[in-house]
Amino acid sequence: MILLVEDNADDEKLTLRALKKNNILNEVVVARDGAEALDYLFGTGAYAGRNLSVMPEVVLLDLKLPKVDGLEVLRRVRADGRTKLLPVVILTSSNEENDRINGYGLGANSYVRKPVDFNQFSDAARQLGLYWLVLNEPPPARRA
Amino acid sequence: MLRVGGHSITKKLTRMNMLVSGAALLLACLAFVAYDVLAFRQAVVHNLSIQAQIAGSNSVSALLFNDPREVEKTLSALKAAPNIVSALIYTPEGQPFAAYWRDRGGQAPPLPAIPTGQTEAHWFKDGRVVLVHSIVFQGKPTGIVYMQRDLKDINGRLAQYAGIAAIVLLMCLFAALQFSSIFRKSVADPIVNLADLARTVSRDKDYSVRAALTGGHDELATLIETFNEMLAQIQERDGALQKAHDEMEQRVQERTAELAATNKELEAFSYSVSHDLRAPLRGIDGFSLALLEDYADKLDADGKDYLHRVRAATQRMGILIDDLLSLSRVTRTEMRLEKADLGLIARSVAEELQKTQPERRAEFRIEEDLGAFVDSHLIRITLENLLGNAWKFTSKRESACIEFGRTQRDGGFTYYVRDDGAGFDPTYADRLFGAFQRLHDKNDFPGTGVGLATVQRIIHRHGGRIWAESAVERGATFYFTLMETRHRGA
Repeated sequence: MILLVEDNADDEKLTLRALKKNNILNEVVVARDGAEALDYLFGTGAYAGRNLSVMPEVVLLDLKLPKVDGLEVLRRVRADGRTKLLPVVILTSSNEENDRINGYGLGANSYVRKPVDFNQFSDAARQLGLYWLVLNEPPPARRA
Repeated sequence: MLRVGGHSITKKLTRMNMLVSGAALLLACLAFVAYDVLAFRQAVVHNLSIQAQIAGSNSVSALLFNDPREVEKTLSALKAAPNIVSALIYTPEGQPFAAYWRDRGGQAPPLPAIPTGQTEAHWFKDGRVVLVHSIVFQGKPTGIVYMQRDLKDINGRLAQYAGIAAIVLLMCLFAALQFSSIFRKSVADPIVNLADLARTVSRDKDYSVRAALTGGHDELATLIETFNEMLAQIQERDGALQKAHDEMEQRVQERTAELAATNKELEAFSYSVSHDLRAPLRGIDGFSLALLEDYADKLDADGKDYLHRVRAATQRMGILIDDLLSLSRVTRTEMRLEKADLGLIARSVAEELQKTQPERRAEFRIEEDLGAFVDSHLIRITLENLLGNAWKFTSKRESACIEFGRTQRDGGFTYYVRDDGAGFDPTYADRLFGAFQRLHDKNDFPGTGVGLATVQRIIHRHGGRIWAESAVERGATFYFTLMETRHRGA
């Protein structure tokens, strides 16, 4: 399962299409702002009572988000024992040096820039899916 | 230190005072004594001469009658004159005739000769004076008087003189010593005070103090007044300088704050451009492609062509945004100056270019060992652009030669990138470095027109200058300089 944190509906649709076109058929949960993403991960708010033993294989995290921004989401994810080891890939339009420094500094596993060219974007989505869902061995499940 | 210096000027004055008065007195004494000795000696000779004449006159008859006893009796009267050591009468032939000795008898001394034409002569010798007088009676030399006199009385006189002179000298020096306190008050003290003040001013940088006036109208008063005036001028200038400095400081602070605010704004703007402007582009491109892929059967050739054009334009705008961002980043990033070899950087850029089109026949001639003190990241961007341009504008040639090197010009280094490609019309050379300015059709040579603007900013940030020379189809040469910072360890 993939958690896609993306506020732009176009980007969401394009990402989903790119994954589908590349035969990545895993479930994709979409959070449209940082707060929603945290709610999902920690089982709070709209996701209260969610089974927390089910965690995404990878979180695709945009940086510029309403309410709670991407770097803050990352900081809280890494601060919490339940999600400390969760693979997080920053997927963003920004190529600012500071964003990259801060992203890696807060413990992002990868930093991918969304290309404008959809062919390239599609290819990036394919490679991400292949790597994180197939090739990568996730951290051991959290002991309840 | 200062006290010693201050004392020394007082001491000097006192010493000078004593020296001058002492020397004057001594000279005067010497003159007096010399004159007195001379006069005394003349008097002694005169007296002795008279006594010799008397003795001679009284001896004439005894000489004629050859009666030495009579002469000796006459001579013994000289006892009354205690300075006469001896008196002798000689015959004209020079034989001793009669003698008088003050102390005891002795050998008759040899008779010194009287110079011809004179009847009398005298000599000073060994603290005594000897006088010889020829006795003439009726035009005939009858005998010779020899008299010897000591000068003890003259020495006694001299000793007295010396004593008096010494006493007067001491009194004089004592008086000079007393007077020196007056000198000190009127000359030395004001100078010492002035020196004291000058020292204080120089040490504390306090220009508000003033030297006390002496009330006189001499050079010293002028000196003090001028000194005070100078202090006033310095104080005034100091104040003005401080004020200007403060104003400047404040202005710099204001400008710095403004600049920081502008920078922050620019940063936010760039971030926004980077993130927000690209997102819609991705949408346009993505959905255009979705249309092309998913609805290909419903689109005719024109429709597909339009969508392809939409995509091409979108991607071009994406590149433009990226270039603009890199241009603004070049201005915003902090400079990290370090020693770098521009030749090495150029070589690595050239290798990258060669890899993009390995089939091209292009020769890179890159000078070695081009060390300079630069931000190597920014200089790499510069060389990427300049060498990239050279690579691009020689792409239509069968073979190309691209050079990078350094020459000495006007006492500094000038770097150049030269190619033998398409070149440009030199009329528009000054427009080359403006953002979005292009001199070629983008169908011939692709580009956004941001590269050289970026290069110019980097060179300006390095305190250098960039310019270009070219002619259409004759290649182009881009020159740039960098700030000379060899003294900073480069």
